[in-house]
Amino acid sequence: MTTAASAARTRSATDKVLRRRRIRQEWGRPWLYLPLTGLLLLMVTPFLWMLSGAFKPEADIRKIPPDLIPTRPTLANYRELLGTLDFTTMFANSVIVALAVTAGNLLFCSMLGYALAKLEFRGQRAVFTVVIATLMVPGLVTFVPLYVLVSNMQLTGSLLGLILPFLATPFGVFLMRQFISTLPDELIDAARVDGCRELAIFWKIILPLTRPALATLAIITFLSSWNNFLWPLVVAQNESQYTLPVGLALASSGQDFTRFGILLAGAVIVLLPVSIFFLLFQRHFVAGIATTGLK
Amino acid sequence: MPTSTLGGQGTKERDAAGPQPAARRRTPSPRLRRTARGRQARAAWILAAPFLALFLSFMLLPVVWSTLMSLTDTKSADLRTPLNVSFTGFDNYVRLFQDPQFFNALRNTAVFVLAALPLTLAAGLAAAVALDRGIRRFRAVFRVGFYLPVITSIVAVAVVWKTLLEPRTGLVNTVLGWFGIDGPAWLADTRFALPVMIVMAVWRNLGTVMIIMLAGLQSVPQSLLEAAEIDGAGAWQRFWRVTFPLLRPALLLTAVTTGIGYLQFFDEPFVMTDGGPLDSTLSATLYAYKQFGNGNYDVASAAGYVVFVLIIALTVLQFRLLRDKD
Repeated sequence: MTTAASAARTRSATDKVLRRRRIRQEWGRPWLYLPLTGLLLLMVTPFLWMLSGAFKPEADIRKIPPDLIPTRPTLANYRELLGTLDFTTMFANSVIVALAVTAGNLLFCSMLGYALAKLEFRGQRAVFTVVIATLMVPGLVTFVPLYVLVSNMQLTGSLLGLILPFLATPFGVFLMRQFISTLPDELIDAARVDGCRELAIFWKIILPLTRPALATLAIITFLSSWNNFLWPLVVAQNESQYTLPVGLALASSGQDFTRFGILLAGAVIVLLPVSIFFLLFQRHFVAGIATTGLK
Repeated sequence: MPTSTLGGQGTKERDAAGPQPAARRRTPSPRLRRTARGRQARAAWILAAPFLALFLSFMLLPVVWSTLMSLTDTKSADLRTPLNVSFTGFDNYVRLFQDPQFFNALRNTAVFVLAALPLTLAAGLAAAVALDRGIRRFRAVFRVGFYLPVITSIVAVAVVWKTLLEPRTGLVNTVLGWFGIDGPAWLADTRFALPVMIVMAVWRNLGTVMIIMLAGLQSVPQSLLEAAEIDGAGAWQRFWRVTFPLLRPALLLTAVTTGIGYLQFFDEPFVMTDGGPLDSTLSATLYAYKQFGNGNYDVASAAGYVVFVLIIALTVLQFRLLRDKD
């Protein structure tokens, strides 16, 4: 009798240990979920607040205390936003500028990246060193002369002024060179043996193989162009050249910062495309940042 | 398998040569080598040309130009005739260092970097370790959530944070009110405006640090950790004695890149407070930008250069501090 009871007790004790081990294996350290969930909540609160405010009528935004969830959800803010500002043009400008800048960087950075990684030429080291050193130069050092330059080129009145200075960035060269260095030399040598011309090697053999790096560079470049605001704010001279952040910055600056509903709706329109884009492509994104250590 | 870097000529010779050392000894005639090398160099320059043309005009030229500009008296009136200015030596720098407003801007920048940089690194590292070692489920959810602020437009973020921090209708003071705390007018208060910027910066950048640290953690060999465990090392010891030293290079890289970004502290005060209240969030780069806005292109360039020198100094210092101690 007593042996059976103690056996049962031992069994339940081992069960407990086993269960604990299984939880540990499946979940890790359970207590950690509490601080992590707390931090997650802090991190996403601004986004939730924005979504909540963007769908509230203006009167409800002024309510004290505020409703955390809109009690009378409405699309009025978006309707007014599209009516007052030329949002379609700004959206189109943002897309055009970002696509052009991305295309330029993909092409030019991979070209130079390949030359630096796999070809031999005089001045190779110097080119690489100078290009990489400029990663340390603060944007404001080049800002003033760049403005003088672009305005003397008569580009301040066109989208070209927003595109040209960003077409070729040192970061892209760094990323492409690092990636292309990992491709085997034999590939290139074999192509040469087969009589492939130097430029054709780049175009037909190297470029298709760099697709993962190109995807990373495309995402990073597109996002930074989409979010860029200081240069377009200074250079764009009239509403037909504004990008989305410029429109939103001007609408929210100074004394006009009163229509919270409209501004939050504008913030949603600026943030939503990139957030969706990020959620879809986060794998490439994360891979690129992890390998280069830069964003 | 021919592995030399020569061109397509002399193929037969190399194919017959067999293994690599032999191939290297049997180099083709100098003439052939020269043309193959030449062809490669020509291709390299053709590939480099478009980038270098853009780089020279929109990066290198402005860098050199701004050095010169900081030594002249260029104002906005000289916009159309930028070469028609006079050389003034280091006058702009002297004027800069006699301006109490610039000193205040430097001090704000220093406070910002000294507070935000360690906080961002620590928070990012802690998040990465918790996600990599601590938990098994929902990792992707936490990773995406922590990273989301990184990709956002600062202009949109500013709008959202301004409404969050509204003294009466904002969420922050509402929540504080539940605990009986009467929250301040965050952005209009000289004591709180800069700390708010620091919190914002940590919020926006800890995701970057976390991603790089996660990659670093995955490269720590499992066998090393197991060996340490068998030797009786606890979790704490295993982290500080095994994992952390291996993370050092990745940590150094993020410290340097984040530091470079933070010394250029600009976006947050520009869109949130315009440097106010009472210059309490005026940063060095915002000072430079305001000088540019007032037409003082010369002073703006000089201030930009001071920040550049600080960036170089901080980078060197970090390499010294975090380098492997052999």
